[in-house]
Amino acid sequence: MTISGPNASNRDVDDVEPRLRNDIEEMKYILATDVGSTTTKARLFTRTDEGWRYLVSGETPTTVEAPFEDVTLGVMNAVREIEDLTGLHILSEEGEGILVPFNGKMGVDLYCTTSSAGGGLQMMVTGVVANMTAESANRAALGAGAIVMDILATNDDIPPYEKIQRIRNLRPDMILMAGGTDGGTVSHVVSMGELIKTADPKARLGVTYELPIIYAGNKMVRSHITDLLGTDFALTCVDNIRPILEVENTEPARRAVHELFMEHVMSHAPGYTRLMKWTDVDIMPTPAGEGIAIQLIADTYKKNVLGVGLGGATTNVYSVMDRRFVRSVSANLGMSYSVCNVMKESGLENIMRWLPFDIETDEIRNSLRNKMIRPTTIPQTLRELLIEHAVAREALRLGLEHHKTIATTLKGAKGETAFDRGILSQGILETYIDMMNIKIIAGTGGLLSHAPNREQSLIIMTDAFQPEGVTMFYQDSVFMMPHLGVLSTVYRDAAWNIFDKDCLVRLGSVIAPRGTGKPGEMVMVVKIEMPNGKIINENITYGELKRIRLPERQTAKATIRPSKGLDIGAGEGKEIETTVEGGVVGIVLDGRGRPLALPEDKAERDEKLIGWIRSLEMYDRNFLDLVKSG
Amino acid sequence: MLGKVFVNVGDDVDFRTKIAEMIVPGKPTVIMAALKLAIQKEDLKDYMKKKEGDKVEEGEPIAGYNAFFGLMKNWIYSPINGYVETISDISGQIILREDPISVKVDSYVRGKVVEVFEGEGATIETNGAFVQGILGVGGEAHGVIKVVVDGPNTHLTEDLITSDCEGKILIGGSLVTKEAFVKAIKVGAAGIVTGGIRDTDLRELLGYEMGVAITGHEEIGTTIILTEGFGEMAMSQRTFSLFKEFEGEVAAMNGTTQIRAGVMRPEIIIPHERWLPEEDEESISGGMRAGTPIRVIRQPYFGRLGKVLNLLIEKQRVETGSTVRVVEVELDDGERVVVPRANVEILEI
Repeated sequence: MTISGPNASNRDVDDVEPRLRNDIEEMKYILATDVGSTTTKARLFTRTDEGWRYLVSGETPTTVEAPFEDVTLGVMNAVREIEDLTGLHILSEEGEGILVPFNGKMGVDLYCTTSSAGGGLQMMVTGVVANMTAESANRAALGAGAIVMDILATNDDIPPYEKIQRIRNLRPDMILMAGGTDGGTVSHVVSMGELIKTADPKARLGVTYELPIIYAGNKMVRSHITDLLGTDFALTCVDNIRPILEVENTEPARRAVHELFMEHVMSHAPGYTRLMKWTDVDIMPTPAGEGIAIQLIADTYKKNVLGVGLGGATTNVYSVMDRRFVRSVSANLGMSYSVCNVMKESGLENIMRWLPFDIETDEIRNSLRNKMIRPTTIPQTLRELLIEHAVAREALRLGLEHHKTIATTLKGAKGETAFDRGILSQGILETYIDMMNIKIIAGTGGLLSHAPNREQSLIIMTDAFQPEGVTMFYQDSVFMMPHLGVLSTVYRDAAWNIFDKDCLVRLGSVIAPRGTGKPGEMVMVVKIEMPNGKIINENITYGELKRIRLPERQTAKATIRPSKGLDIGAGEGKEIETTVEGGVVGIVLDGRGRPLALPEDKAERDEKLIGWIRSLEMYDRNFLDLVKSG
Repeated sequence: MLGKVFVNVGDDVDFRTKIAEMIVPGKPTVIMAALKLAIQKEDLKDYMKKKEGDKVEEGEPIAGYNAFFGLMKNWIYSPINGYVETISDISGQIILREDPISVKVDSYVRGKVVEVFEGEGATIETNGAFVQGILGVGGEAHGVIKVVVDGPNTHLTEDLITSDCEGKILIGGSLVTKEAFVKAIKVGAAGIVTGGIRDTDLRELLGYEMGVAITGHEEIGTTIILTEGFGEMAMSQRTFSLFKEFEGEVAAMNGTTQIRAGVMRPEIIIPHERWLPEEDEESISGGMRAGTPIRVIRQPYFGRLGKVLNLLIEKQRVETGSTVRVVEVELDDGERVVVPRANVEILEI
């Protein structure tokens, strides 16, 4: 079938083999689910006079674990909630699945799903040089929506016995081997293959599971790799990820990961074989669905986009910079299962700096540990909410740092051929992610989507990512980006209409100059010409955070003059005129400096934090009393 | 890879009856031989004194050469007892493997063998009391249950640990102190079950910061299971009373925990024959409804027991400002509160 929409080749459309049972133009209802680690979320969409729109949701615990061990039970529970809310009969009487197509009285016309249940697709990648072929392999795996648990390279200073131990202990679902340009090193690639064979990794998916290994390295080594690994593993050879060092060709490896994911991993996860029969589109890993949604935003608005999915177990960061899409999955950073990893990696001090009240380290530690062991609970007190929001800032900050290590230009030529001769040539590469050039930031995931008010999610992302210049923020309203991502692969127009009208909440624009100043000093002068003609002038001093209300889908003309030494996008001290978009928060004028530095002194810092909270009305008016009493 | 199973269906087993055994390959050792000998990788086999499959002893020369009439020597000696697994003339590596290791699995609980998986293991069935904890550290342990505190609200302190705690599974109250833990290890206690522990204390005992809750492999001298969580958390009265009732009985415990992707919670199993389950007993809870006993598992009512009064249909606003599905609960002291549904757990009877 034809996939409509611009830049369709940027997405995973060729991986999808839709089995549509009704003509697109005749469709009335579409059902999409996401089978997450904790919750299965169902979304129902319907065709209206205004085009396709979101109708209702159903959410229930995922049933991948004992005693259920069948994800389709959770899917049916979530769909039953939708049935109760709409009166629409969707499930077959015999419990055999989803009724497709809609016959005028019951059923839906299309059912698709994403999944990260059971931890998602967990992979290990290997290469010869850590920041060359191993990194390319990492990008290929992430591009397929995998969680990369470990990256091994011949030159990574990890001793062979430790490499073997890591391969064994990790129990990946799949291994991607890269390394050696075509005609390049042979011995280093083979040595890595020998280590994998010696380690003899056993997958976590049971004794009947044959571990898939994808070899995407020097084609001259294929026969050796086949001799080594072909008998004990499900080996697939694909085109070299780095045929020459100047070229990175991740697509063949990415496709192979996806196909093997469906064929091997999915079919071994409890209930998935059944679920695969119900869907009209191949099941997609949740990060892949999210990534497609982010690309949809970039494709439509023709701007550089930074996206984030802040989940319970992982933080996924996506960037589309000058049409180049990169995905990173920080498998160790999340808001429930992995929340103590965030504490470990960022340090308690970095979390506590965001809390404008006194709190003992013991209390925070115990609170986060209790969240880790009871991941499905939610904060009831404001004190606990602020703690979670502080952790969220750190998870996002660390996720972006991780992302920047992947979003880099290709490492130099001659590196691996020289390596083979014993000459190691590596450069330290910088990321091409420049916050001044990011024009849109979009957030999804439970904590951001379910924040009690939108000001909170905007400021959490702003504090973590520190956007520069003029940046528009979007928020996934009820968590449906993955759903719409997978839907867009078969019905882009429907997905975009729902995305635009129901999914993407316009939070507003943040205007923040790059550079710092001194307290009391002016950092920028902003003139906003509102849609009704009213002119608003604001002089922003260093450390200030202000808001101008401008509703969603309204724009205003802005003239922004940064002070000397500060840059709003046209150079230091240079004024710009631009159009800014409004949102549920409005226009946020951020004079806190870039980089954002909080005062070292606790009292001074608390005063600042409280001022910012009040300025944007982020929490209850009496929040200070409430957090003290909590 | 299959092993050998030593029991048959119908056999009675005790806690440590050997059920199965498997011989697993020993640890591998990788030697970058071509590099060490400064030779071409493809010439490695010419310098070998051993071939693939040969046994080796620690200290035995396995590859090398003498040159210049013996003036120059370059030899590689086996660092292990084992055998030569791989000699690669492509990578220049030699891979040695230590002698195979015997891995034995015991029955863990006292009971009866009801199913045998040839070459793999067996299913043991037992009638007993089962307590599931929330987080554990350390693996399997066995011991006689000894309640060392007066009640579920009492701290398990150092002075309560005596020499007759050796080999016992110690039942604490709301908190085990770091000093008590250290003393329990010293006297040789089999395990500790307590309501809570301070995270800072656990970190000190482990020697590292736990990132995700995947445990069971630690070797800290004893096994610990928390029934409630971190901080001072009174053990639930029902759990404490159960341990009191079975004091003196032998139990099995396992601190292994995995919170994601294959959830496992730590457990204590006390086999007994005091009563047997009724035949029509439901094994899975039918869900929350009015009258269902619950425990609150998040602040501000963490650990409090109660019963469901009402499952409110409309979402309600809580202190955070969120509107969520809630449940109205009557706590054990009669106080009526509203709690998010996500923050209660049903108490299985």
